[in-house]
Parts: sequence; C-alpha cells; structure tokens
Amino acid sequence: MSIASASLNHAGRPDHALNGDALNADARREARGMLALLSPGLFLVFAVIIVPIGWLFWLSLFDENGQLSAANYARFFEQASYIKTFVTTFRVAFTVTGACVLLGYPLAYMLSQLPRRAASICLIFVILPFWTSVLVRTYAWLVILQRKGLVNTWLMDLGVIGQPLPLANNFAGVVIGMTHIMLPFLVLPLYASMKTIDVDCLRASMNLGASPAATFRQIFFPLSLPGLASGLVIVFVLCLGFFVTPALMGGGKVIMWAMRMEQTTSLYSNWGAGAALGVVLLAVTLALLGLFHWLLGTRATGVWSQR
Amino acid sequence: MSMENALPISHRQRLWLYALGGLVMLFLIAPSLIIVIMSFSGSSLLEFPPQEWSLRWYESYFGSLEWRDATVVSVKVAVMTAIVATLLGTAAAYAINARTLRLTGSINALLTASLIIPVILIGIGTFFLYARIGLNNTLTGLVIAHTVQALPLVVLTVLSGLRSYDMNQEMVARSLGAGRFSAFFQVTMPQIRFSIVSGALFAFITSFDEVVVSLFISGGETTTLTRRMFNALRDQIDPTIAAISTCLIVLSIVLLSAAQLFGRGR
Repeated sequence: MSIASASLNHAGRPDHALNGDALNADARREARGMLALLSPGLFLVFAVIIVPIGWLFWLSLFDENGQLSAANYARFFEQASYIKTFVTTFRVAFTVTGACVLLGYPLAYMLSQLPRRAASICLIFVILPFWTSVLVRTYAWLVILQRKGLVNTWLMDLGVIGQPLPLANNFAGVVIGMTHIMLPFLVLPLYASMKTIDVDCLRASMNLGASPAATFRQIFFPLSLPGLASGLVIVFVLCLGFFVTPALMGGGKVIMWAMRMEQTTSLYSNWGAGAALGVVLLAVTLALLGLFHWLLGTRATGVWSQR
Repeated sequence: MSMENALPISHRQRLWLYALGGLVMLFLIAPSLIIVIMSFSGSSLLEFPPQEWSLRWYESYFGSLEWRDATVVSVKVAVMTAIVATLLGTAAAYAINARTLRLTGSINALLTASLIIPVILIGIGTFFLYARIGLNNTLTGLVIAHTVQALPLVVLTVLSGLRSYDMNQEMVARSLGAGRFSAFFQVTMPQIRFSIVSGALFAFITSFDEVVVSLFISGGETTTLTRRMFNALRDQIDPTIAAISTCLIVLSIVLLSAAQLFGRGR
C-alpha cells in the first residue's frame, strides 16, 4: 500500500520524502498494533501487581494516626521480634542456599557429563518435583520428618535412637523442606551453563598432562561459576520471601519474613507495618537481582525459560 | 554426546559421582513416591510401608462434599486461567518478538515481574486491592490473580517458540495478499501451536497449584483445593491429603508429559 501511494507523487514532493512519510506512517501503525496486543497483559500486571504494591508503599509511610512518619520502618531496628525475624530469615536463606549448592552441584555436574539420553531421563527427577505443588512436597516432608514420622519410626525400630529426633516443627525441618523445594532452581540453570562448557577445553587440559581433578578445579569449575551464581541468587531471593514451608513446618517457632507479613496484616490488621515489611523485602530482592545483573550481565530469571 | 566428545575418564573412576548424583535424585523423588504409596494404606497411622492396602483415603476424598467443592473451584479457575493467560500471553509474546516497540526489554521485565516479586507481597497487595473493589472470594478475582502469575510462563514459552520460527514466512503470506490476522492464524500459529499448548498447560498447573495468593483472596464458596489443604495441614495430618496429593502428582506428570510431547512435535 505504501509503495503504491508513494509512486503517485501527486503532492509534487520528491519521491523519497513522500516514501519516507508513508513508511513512517506505516511504522507508527505497526507500533500501535503491537501496543494493542501487549496492552491487555500489561494492564493486568499493572492493575494487580504495580498498583497494589504502590498503594502499600504509600500506606507504609503513615503511622496509626494517619501522620506521615517513618515509624513503620523504625520498628524494624527497635523491636527485638522484628530483628529476630530478619535474623531467622537470613539464617534459613543462607543454610538452604548452602545445602542446595552441596547437593545441586554434584547432580548438575553428573547430568552434564552423562550421554544425552541418560541425562534427559535423570532430568525428570529434577523437573517433576519442580512442577509438583509446593504444598504436596511440604506435606510429604511433614509425614517423613514429624515426631512419629517415617525417619523417627525407622531409626527407633533399628534401635539407633531411643527418643524421637526433633526433625519437624523447627529450624531443621524448615531447612530440609525448603532445600527440597529450592534445589531444582539451582540445578536447572547450573546444568544449562555446564552444558555450554566446551569439552575441547577439558580435553586439551588433560592432553597437556593435568589430572582429572586438576582439570576440574582449574578449567571446569571456574567456567561453571556464572551458572552457579545465577542459581545461587535465585534460590537465595526465593528463600527470603518464602511462605508455605516455614508456615507449615516451622511449628510456630521459625518465623520468617513472609510469615511475619501475613501475621501483621491478617492477624493484627496492621497494614502499615505489613506493607513496610513488604517494601523492604521487595527492595532487598530487587537489589540482589540488580547486583547480579550488573556483575554478570545476565538475568537470574532464566530458570523459567529453560525446561 | 557422542563418543568422540568423551573425556579420557572411565565410568569406573566416576562411580563416586554417579553415587552422589543418585542420592540427590533419590532425595528429590522420594517424598513424592512415599506419599503415593502411603495414600493406598489401610491404616490411619502413617506407616511405611503400609501393613494393609485400601482405597479408603480416596473414598474419603471423593466422598467429601467440601473436598469435592474445593476441587471443582480449582479446576474451574485453572481452566479459565489457562484460557485467558494463553490468549494474553501469546499476543504479548508476538508483540515482543516483533521488536517494533522501543522499551521491549522493560515490557518483558514488567510482564515477567510476578516471577521475582515475592508472592506474599502479591497476595497481600491483591487482597488489599480486591477488598476495595469487591473481588475477594470470587472466581473472577481468582482468575485475574492467577492469570497475572501464569502470564510470564506463557510469554516465555511462546516467545521461545517464536524465536525458532522464521517470521519471513508470515511476511510472505502477507505480501501474497493475506491479511494480518489470516497470515497469523494460517501460517504462524500452526507452526508455534506446540509452544502455545505447552504454555497453556504450564498456566493450568501454575493456577491449580497456587497457594499463597489463593490463601488471601479465596474463601467461603470459592475456597480452592490448595487453600483447603493448607488449612487442613495446619490443624492435623489427615491421610486424606495423601490421596489428594497423589492426584496432584499424577496431574503434574500427565500435564508435564503432554507439554513434553507437544514440545517435541515442533
């Protein structure tokens, strides 16, 4: 259409100018069309995520009497119970992230070294839990770890222990359950990045006389670090805001950040305080992801686009 | 990986690695396996392996009006979420892929924001918003909230399908006289339909398994299955939940296999 109208040249202007106008009009129409395709999705995200969070942020700036104040934020430093919540949250997040690295690195390494067929079969063991409800998996761990659960029953039947071990409804239970839920988030990006490591580099190193261990330490491990970092960041960030497992397996003793938010808003209806907690959580999350993006130049959220 | 790529390390030297990897795989899969087996137990004690077998926990699940109602709510919401999220997500992925707009990166980040924003914050925010506009405890409210959470998965899945598709084919169809829409529906869509179906399946699972937001915004007659399970778990450990969990695990396996099959059809 644009070509036809340009060749007429009835306005007496040079062909290329008229052509340019037509092309620009076409480009604008195209852009409007694309925007129209995007707008329903963008509108929903805007209405359900951006607006409420902005609103909560606004609320967090006022105290109970409706006065502008920093009281909602000041109490994080003043009240011991808040400080305890933050300490617990970071302790859980660090422990779970560490456990995920210890378990996830060998698994991802093994997957990356297996022939493709075997690797894709083994990957099912990672992907299936990834897509199984968090609630189902937390329930399973409750059944396994509780006072009269499987582990305790077995160990007592075998005579290894006389008293049931406290495995659920405490810090250990939360860490075990959360490690299970977070592990795929570490293994998937790590495995993907290990697959891109050039086998020739490893073979060259071994040809030049390096032992398998030295090749791993000096070649493979450094090359796998970006993938490991991406898994680490995503696991840590998800741990900070995690709710279901600590709420069900913490036995009311392990109060994490997200549980605190639920309690302040649902139980005490203190929206200002709950909102302030949310704002800080979001800020910490975005800061960690931003730092990662700045340091490594890739997004840490790749785990969802590769399955 | 072909043989020529293999490193000069024998499988035997790697036994320790396979053993360690196998243990981690066991750690990942054991909980689901144990729940599936225990759901067929005949006793109300949680014992493993069960001494006697029965279907009583499945009978108790399907026989309970409360559990059945909650399941119906969850299925309804998940089906509607899958439809809405697939429509909006496919349209958005198409527009992002065209790259005609500036700020495509920011648009992408905004659409996938719900993946990184703490779910608890989305839950509280949605509850707060819905309280003002009367959408709490409604199916519409649940579908909207779940759509926002499923949207990123659809966008990412369809986008990866579009990236491996040559958009010139659509251009050819249009230059031969096909309109924009018929070019998309007759040329592009048949070739990316597998990604679209995968995206829809992921959207369905996302909605069906969603807990935290539903905890805040569902209740009364629109209580979802996961909300009822969460509350039941807070009180006591009822073996009926093992039967429900087994159904959820089977559902995940079926949907995931379907998504894999469709993915391979590309």
